[in-house]
Amino acid sequence: MANEGVNQGRRRFLTATTAVVGGVGVVAAAVPFIKSWEPSARAKSAGAPVMADIGKVESGQMVTFEWRGQPVWVVNRSKEQLDALASQDARLKDPKSDNADQQPDYAKNEHRSIKPEWLVLVGLCTHLGCVPDYYPELKAEPFDPAWKGGFYCPCHKSRYDMAGRVYDGVPAPANLRVPPYHFVTDTQIQIGVDPAKGAA
Amino acid sequence: MATAHVTVKPRNRVLAWIEERLPILSFTASHTSEYYAPKNFNVMYYFGSLAMLVLVNQIVTGIFLTMSYKPDAALAFASVEYIMRDVEWGWLIRYMHSTGASLFFVVIYLHMFRGLIYGSYKKPRELVWLLGMFIFLALMAEAFMGYVLPWGNMSFWGAKVIISLFGAVPVVGDTLVQWIMGDYNPADATLNRFFALHVIALPLVLLLLVVLHLAALHEVGSNNPDGVEIKEKKGPNGRPLDGIPFHPYYTVKDLFGVGMFLLIAAFIIFFEPTVGGWFLEHDNFIPADNLVTPTHIKPVWYFTPFYAILRVIPSKLGGVIAMFSAIVLLFLVPWLDRGKVKSIRYRGLGYKLAIAMFALVFVLLGAIGAGKTGEWIPELFGAAADVTLIENAFGRTLTLLYFGFFLFLWAYTHFGLEKTKPVPERVTTHD
Repeated sequence: MANEGVNQGRRRFLTATTAVVGGVGVVAAAVPFIKSWEPSARAKSAGAPVMADIGKVESGQMVTFEWRGQPVWVVNRSKEQLDALASQDARLKDPKSDNADQQPDYAKNEHRSIKPEWLVLVGLCTHLGCVPDYYPELKAEPFDPAWKGGFYCPCHKSRYDMAGRVYDGVPAPANLRVPPYHFVTDTQIQIGVDPAKGAA
Repeated sequence: MATAHVTVKPRNRVLAWIEERLPILSFTASHTSEYYAPKNFNVMYYFGSLAMLVLVNQIVTGIFLTMSYKPDAALAFASVEYIMRDVEWGWLIRYMHSTGASLFFVVIYLHMFRGLIYGSYKKPRELVWLLGMFIFLALMAEAFMGYVLPWGNMSFWGAKVIISLFGAVPVVGDTLVQWIMGDYNPADATLNRFFALHVIALPLVLLLLVVLHLAALHEVGSNNPDGVEIKEKKGPNGRPLDGIPFHPYYTVKDLFGVGMFLLIAAFIIFFEPTVGGWFLEHDNFIPADNLVTPTHIKPVWYFTPFYAILRVIPSKLGGVIAMFSAIVLLFLVPWLDRGKVKSIRYRGLGYKLAIAMFALVFVLLGAIGAGKTGEWIPELFGAAADVTLIENAFGRTLTLLYFGFFLFLWAYTHFGLEKTKPVPERVTTHD
């Protein structure tokens, strides 16, 4: 091919436009592959709401249910445990539950629940997702001499009180999450559905 | 020593016919018998070729493991036990793979330490170091995903903890975590995609990076324990005076290293494949359970120094940033170290103390990450000691020292505080 009279400007323009159009094509073609990593329709349907029968849960007892592959705790808090909640406010990161991601509006209150005694929490530490252990008794524990009951994570030593509120000075950044739930009857709750609305 | 591009003309007519069309013999000769390497390599120079050996071992044993392994959350754990008990020699193949993974990191850490003490990352070898660091990064991803595949309880919770790290990213964190897992929790989708990445995507990346690492190395030539550029002193034949052909000199030397290495590897594989829970963790002999966390979640030993940094910092985002920075800083070493003298032999006392401290800090951080301090503290300070308090104080001090090393290295060389010794013209063992 003859090289005389090459229009360099036109050549650069064509190279640049080819590269840009090709680049847009590559990005567009990448979308289906990236989207394929999102939870599949099957995974989403497996995340359906769960019914939990709580009629036999004693005062102070905790029962674990499974929702979306995660443990959900239902605790029947004793009066002693509930009365100690307010005394912990000064030691907590978010005593007033101001982080709206961690509970629905109907659980943004001093006991973080619909009914004061019934605590419903996703049992995964907000640090890195381990399952904390339940230490219900109001007595000195090795990890906290002024313990008033709550949850202690064995992985990285995060501590939460009896409303799942995180203590200051631990790695976990936020209170334990309250899932959407509502009371179907006095002894039955449905996890995954808000009281008035549809499935979350 | 830059690769000399020699042309081989075989007498054999078939070989000559091939060579004219595909110069494979010329290529091989240029990178072996005509590739001149410094004559003063010491024991620290075994680990590059040993890393290649382990890579080959991982690929070969890995291929055979995929023939019996099932990447399915319901079947994976049992399929590994099937390999261990029912597949002929399956136990050997799996232990070669699991032991190989740990020894890969032993070899790579020593290889990196060699690069640090002899200044092998300095001009003109910055790209060799950078490519090596990318290999290290790919290797960490490869090892992590491989660890998830047996779907034991530590696999599950390890996956959960490591993937949750991405949840610390502001705004998109939670979406990102769900995207990586393909579910609301590590599940079948997670295991299946990790299998795909572990057996095909990352090995391809690793192999490509190794080729680039070696191509860059052969262009600039190997450094040596004296940190002298051998191609600056050439003989009348144009060969470096302090260079010897890689083949046969270093192929034979490396063969000896391979023998010693295989002796150690075979001992582990045949007599102590779990290495007391260090290479294969006890909690991973329990099937994955998404409702029960193991009492002590800890990664395999090779991740523990970085994990310790994550653990002792009392903030999720801060811990994640610190942990990743600990790796990123290693990438930047060629530009943080402004000193002109390469080898530790001729560097200032400050450097020698700092690098020794750095190595010690790395090991001690590893002990914290592995949960060893939880056992040591009650012995040292009595049963009443506050383990968390002491461990955090100790761990945070070590973390500061880890990062301090890089700051010191920069300040020490940038402000000309280093008093170096004169570097010889030629390697010290040249006759």
